[in-house]
Amino acid sequence: MSPNQIVKSDNIDLAVYTWGEPPAAGQHKPTVVLVHGYPDAASVWRHTAEQLAAKFYVVAYDVRGAGRSTQPDHTAAYDLQHLVNDLATVVDAVCPGRPVHLVAHDWGSIQSWEAVTTSRMKGRIASYTTISGPSLDHAGFWLAQRLRSGAPEDLAAIARQAAHSWYIGVFHLPVLAPSAWKLGLDKLWPTILEKIEGTSAEASESQAKDGSAGVNLYRANITNRVLNPSERRTDIPVQLIFPKGDHFMIPEIWDDLPQWAPNLWRRDTDAGHWLQVSHPQLVADWAAEFIEFVESGQETKALMRARHYARQSGKPYAGQLVVVTGAGSGFGRETALMFAERGASVVVADINLEAAERTAELAMLLGTDAYARQVDVGNGDAMEAFAAWVGDELGAPDIVVNNAGVGMAGSFFDSSDQDWERVLNVNLWGVIRGSRLFGQQMLTAGKHGHIVNVASMGAFTPSRFMSVYNTSKAAVMMLGDCLRGELAGKGIHVSTVCPGLSNTGITQRTQFVGVSDDEQTRRRDKASKLYQRRNLKPETIAAAILDAVENRRDEVLVGAEAFGSRLLGRFLPSLSRRLARLDAAG
Amino acid sequence: MTTTGARLTAEDLGHFRTVQRLAYQCAETIAGELQPGMTEREAAALQKTWLLDHGVDDWFHQPFAWFGDRTAFRGFIGFKHLGGFNPAFYPGLRRLEEGMPFILDCAPTLHGYAADIGYCGVLGQNPLLDKLMDDLAEYRRLILAMAKQRRPLAEISQAVDALCAKHGYEPRHKAYPFETLAHRVEKLKDDGKKNHLSIANFGVRNVTELLKDRFKGNSEGWSPIWNSSKSSDHPPTPGLWAVEPHLGFRNVGAKWEELLVITEDDAFWLDEEVPHVKRWQQRGLWQAEALATV
Repeated sequence: MSPNQIVKSDNIDLAVYTWGEPPAAGQHKPTVVLVHGYPDAASVWRHTAEQLAAKFYVVAYDVRGAGRSTQPDHTAAYDLQHLVNDLATVVDAVCPGRPVHLVAHDWGSIQSWEAVTTSRMKGRIASYTTISGPSLDHAGFWLAQRLRSGAPEDLAAIARQAAHSWYIGVFHLPVLAPSAWKLGLDKLWPTILEKIEGTSAEASESQAKDGSAGVNLYRANITNRVLNPSERRTDIPVQLIFPKGDHFMIPEIWDDLPQWAPNLWRRDTDAGHWLQVSHPQLVADWAAEFIEFVESGQETKALMRARHYARQSGKPYAGQLVVVTGAGSGFGRETALMFAERGASVVVADINLEAAERTAELAMLLGTDAYARQVDVGNGDAMEAFAAWVGDELGAPDIVVNNAGVGMAGSFFDSSDQDWERVLNVNLWGVIRGSRLFGQQMLTAGKHGHIVNVASMGAFTPSRFMSVYNTSKAAVMMLGDCLRGELAGKGIHVSTVCPGLSNTGITQRTQFVGVSDDEQTRRRDKASKLYQRRNLKPETIAAAILDAVENRRDEVLVGAEAFGSRLLGRFLPSLSRRLARLDAAG
Repeated sequence: MTTTGARLTAEDLGHFRTVQRLAYQCAETIAGELQPGMTEREAAALQKTWLLDHGVDDWFHQPFAWFGDRTAFRGFIGFKHLGGFNPAFYPGLRRLEEGMPFILDCAPTLHGYAADIGYCGVLGQNPLLDKLMDDLAEYRRLILAMAKQRRPLAEISQAVDALCAKHGYEPRHKAYPFETLAHRVEKLKDDGKKNHLSIANFGVRNVTELLKDRFKGNSEGWSPIWNSSKSSDHPPTPGLWAVEPHLGFRNVGAKWEELLVITEDDAFWLDEEVPHVKRWQQRGLWQAEALATV
């Protein structure tokens, strides 16, 4: 890659590369400036720049010391102040008089934070997309606040971030780090990247220089900024892209960002640190979407979610999309609310739209965004339409809870084909479709998601009066076990949750076949009373569902009766089968 | 069934209404004086002083105040296994903060006429509390409509439970002593004395009436405690009932409490001009025709 232009900043020559045509006079064509990090050069942006050039005039440059730009001879020349000055000089040269859109990565992002929060480039930056590089001052406050709080989780976060930043210490050792780059680390670099990042990168011709000179970035700035930070704020629209597999950054580092950049959008993706190398199309798409929004004021649904996400910063499920079926009541509702409370966006599906809307309303009161949909999970077309709506409007979900279910009790010989069809349609086919449709969306989007299927202790507790219901739940359990095996290598986990006797509406809606209406009411009341006495609360089951997701559990039993029955079925199966003869429902 | 309510004259109701208005005036005044850092005990003491200054000579119970998550009766305060009687029920040392919901609950008696009111608010803004307070309107309509139809009290209480489930709220009045949705209030004799005995913050004379109702109810087939249980499975008993639905959602609780008048063939709220109704009217949640029920 050879530069299209050399721009002089102080006594430094900066190599500038451009893609696409500059806007003609009177033409509205935004300019995008890409700032690379360490130990890279402008070439790291090549594939992203080529994509972006379809819509914008795209500019990248080798930061001082890197690529074809001049290498200053002393450490102080790498101070952020000079780096911002370089950026400003490039922007003035390529886009005089109009603000540009910044997209920056790693150290490029660190210096761009400096640019958007200080006065040197005031009015020259229209938007900022930041990837994997926090403001050092923000990081300083982040550290100080957590040290001051002294809370165990805060100290743990510091320890974790420190473990991800070990190399910064190494870079401060005299001689060693620069020499390593010159003694062959540069040749090894693509292999190292492939090992830790899983991305195949092309070797850069200036790798030895980029690596060794860039060490000065750390030496000139880290200590004094992090230990002595100043308050740096901006009102510029900022899009934070966080690759969740970043080896150099923990997610918590971004928790306080809304306080410094209130005009914030945030998107996470399952990728590593060099996102523009591994996913150039994704970076180009997200950057373009954001730039077009800032230019036009038209916020897409995805950006709306990204904005909600930024507001939930610091909550454990912030930015995640959770779909819960049967969420209009009982523990489905409670599950949706618990996720909402913890920052997730929730899609609330129920056959009763009013109930779903109510759950969504409560979820929104808890501060998140929520969407209510009327869905009969037993209806294939309805489920397909529902999944398509979620995928189109909100993107692939991170977590799907297939919870909707109906109850049925009575003699096997009193249960008609219709009874079987109804129960299997909802309890089993609902789970099959939910897992297939949303699982496929997760796979396509490359999401490391989670599918939770709600079965029941009935799945392993035979009973003479529960043939229909328990058969449906046993099938759900086996489906989960098979699917878990199939998805194991894809980063998608499948959990089966088996509640015991829970005090929710399902007992009042359970159909007792083969009995009169009066008798049905009597049995419903009796079952409800039994369940009430047991009083396994919706909160308990919802908490178990969150536990399944958080700890990636395969099977979660809820309630002593579920554990007891599981043990009985395993170790005394004959007794379990004998107990099945009892007339517990009568 | 003895018809206690039938003995109440229009004049009696007027006196009850006056005391209820006084109690609400107290709650509104003290609510306006609440400051960050005040404790529940201080808020309760302010109510008590205000009421004594306004001639109150006895209590159904001395004023209560609950702040923050205690409004939702979460934690020890919601411990039901002693029949709802536990020390956390009494005003404590919780300090008020900005954005915190609060509930003031006072039950003064003046010349033998008792009130029992509940009032909630927030220091600053709390959208959850707003929602709970808005939704409380539906409970007021439901209870009155069913009482007018003379549905059994237990059935009304169960309908309140069902409405809570529909709304996604917890019926927190179930953490009150005896899971009380409402309780009887009787007219006492005006003995002219300036003060009367309270034990554990409850006025002895009023509680004695409640106990007498309990015994009388036992033989007549009704209970002075209105909840969802079998003991309330009887048509509305004529007389005065202090109704107090208390909703909880997460760490926020809200309630209102006021007297419902039940006669042989009708039911109506003692007063339509209570703060929560005025609030609903201002927010367009309460239609004018609903006023015509008196």
